[in-house]
Amino acid sequence: MLKAGGTLRARLVGWSVAVTTLAAVSLALAILTVTGVALIVVWVGLPMLLVVMSAARPIAEFHRRQLPKIDGKPLIDSPYLAAPPGNLLVRSRALFMDPGRRRDALWLMVNGTVGLALGIIGIVEGVLDLLFWFLPPGLAVRAHAALSRPLLSVSEKSRLALRVQQLTESRAETVDTQAAELRRIERDLHDGAQARLVALGMSLAMAEHELARDPESAKALLSEARAASSGALAELRDLVRGIHPPVLADRGLVGAVQALALAAALPVDVRAEINGRLPAPVESAAYFAVAEALTNVIKHAGARRAWIRLSFAGDVLTARVRDDGIGGARPEGGTGLRGIERRLSAFDGSVHLHSPPGGGTELAMVLPCASSSPKISPSSGTA
Amino acid sequence: MRVVLAEDLALLRDGLIRLLEANDFHVVEAVDNGPSLLRALTNHRPDVAVVDVRLPPSFTDEGLKAAIEARRQVRGLPVLVLSQYVEQLYARELLADRSGGVGYLLKERVFNVEQFLDAVRQVAAGGTAMDPEVVAQLLTRRSALDEPLATLTPREREVLALMAEGRSNAAIAARLFVTEKAVSKHTNSIFTRLGLPQSEDDNRSVLAVLAYLNG
Repeated sequence: MLKAGGTLRARLVGWSVAVTTLAAVSLALAILTVTGVALIVVWVGLPMLLVVMSAARPIAEFHRRQLPKIDGKPLIDSPYLAAPPGNLLVRSRALFMDPGRRRDALWLMVNGTVGLALGIIGIVEGVLDLLFWFLPPGLAVRAHAALSRPLLSVSEKSRLALRVQQLTESRAETVDTQAAELRRIERDLHDGAQARLVALGMSLAMAEHELARDPESAKALLSEARAASSGALAELRDLVRGIHPPVLADRGLVGAVQALALAAALPVDVRAEINGRLPAPVESAAYFAVAEALTNVIKHAGARRAWIRLSFAGDVLTARVRDDGIGGARPEGGTGLRGIERRLSAFDGSVHLHSPPGGGTELAMVLPCASSSPKISPSSGTA
Repeated sequence: MRVVLAEDLALLRDGLIRLLEANDFHVVEAVDNGPSLLRALTNHRPDVAVVDVRLPPSFTDEGLKAAIEARRQVRGLPVLVLSQYVEQLYARELLADRSGGVGYLLKERVFNVEQFLDAVRQVAAGGTAMDPEVVAQLLTRRSALDEPLATLTPREREVLALMAEGRSNAAIAARLFVTEKAVSKHTNSIFTRLGLPQSEDDNRSVLAVLAYLNG
């Protein structure tokens, strides 16, 4: 009993030291937060706040895990929302809108001041406790826990409200993208295949007219018509490839990515750990995302080789496209990466870029596909 | 020459039957789905089969799969596969058994009747007929990876592309308006530079070239 009490007291002292240290860090971060907010007008504030909030998260998470051991109350759920895909501005906006992060900021202020004081008192109290073991232990750390708990928890309601907002935004973006896509298809058909079919009809009509009078020129017109029909077919083929490549319908994501790799102008090693077929919308989004990533590699990376890895585990599809090129790719650089993010946003997907200068580039694309374990379909077997 | 035909669109099926029958081919059976195709191929063992890639019931690459399966059962069974689009992956699968007697062409190549019928005969005779689009893709890809291929002269590349499409030296000579002797000079040089074994047999040379390009 006495021994157990001694262990508890020792643990409380240890916790007090941890609280004090982290409270000091909190104080520093709180000061940086205030400075960051003040500096937002001159832009430096934004990246500064991003760094500060990222640093605050592990400290807050550590307290969320440890507090139940002190106050014996239930675990505190991690309140953060998944980072949406997008550029620095989109990400920082989402970060500042996240109720979890806002609570963190508030908690930093309180923990850096009152928490720091309680931590120090806790250490003193703890040391005294070890001497006067008959007094109730750990008053200060319990006070610290009582203070921190409400600040570290976020109400389900505010989390849901924000989630609704995110979904509204990604839905609007999806609708916009689809409308733009339809407009492009309409334009391509109008200027391409349709126009060629009109030309073909005209050549045929003229050939019909010339047939009796001048068979030679009729023949020339007919071969013109044939050329026009070939041209129309080629354009339709390209268009279909852009909408939904036939090989994707035939073979699913893995087969289509293998076909993509075969057609690429550099050696691409494809490995896949996916059995069966994924839902068609996921396959399509992932296929075009990988295709776009591979196009980026070929256009910009100056690479000699590329690797594609596909895996599906725990309802999450991950596609990695890596190359041994020049690296130094920046997320805000091209439109390619933005396009990939847009494609994946409807699935709450995310894109992670790792591209040190001179060290190649790896793009990891993550697509959660809830309620969609691979279906084994007869067409997914090997030929 | 006995032909089995697989095409699910009635309009195209009838057109192809007419075209083939008018040119001394005998269509022994025309089918419109994958399972019947496999049955027809193994029952009739035709001199050549003309097969659409996409067939019911799944409307995926059913025709291709039936053709490959039939060739597994009847080695070297000549099959010419037609499709609205060509995919290198499928060309590779068709060529994988290295036994020749395969063709893979865009459907619209039928427009050029003489060339199309040549391709059918060529496949029936154990040769190959690859679509120029497949060959162009193969060449672009291999030239990017491959030093020997990059050292070929433009003329040699032209000859190589025509060989990969499955044409005989005589056909290449006619196409490029040169003598057959000039063509064989080019092919000698190509085979030496790529380190491929020479063969008197046109079909085997073509297969060697395709295997190299697919490598």
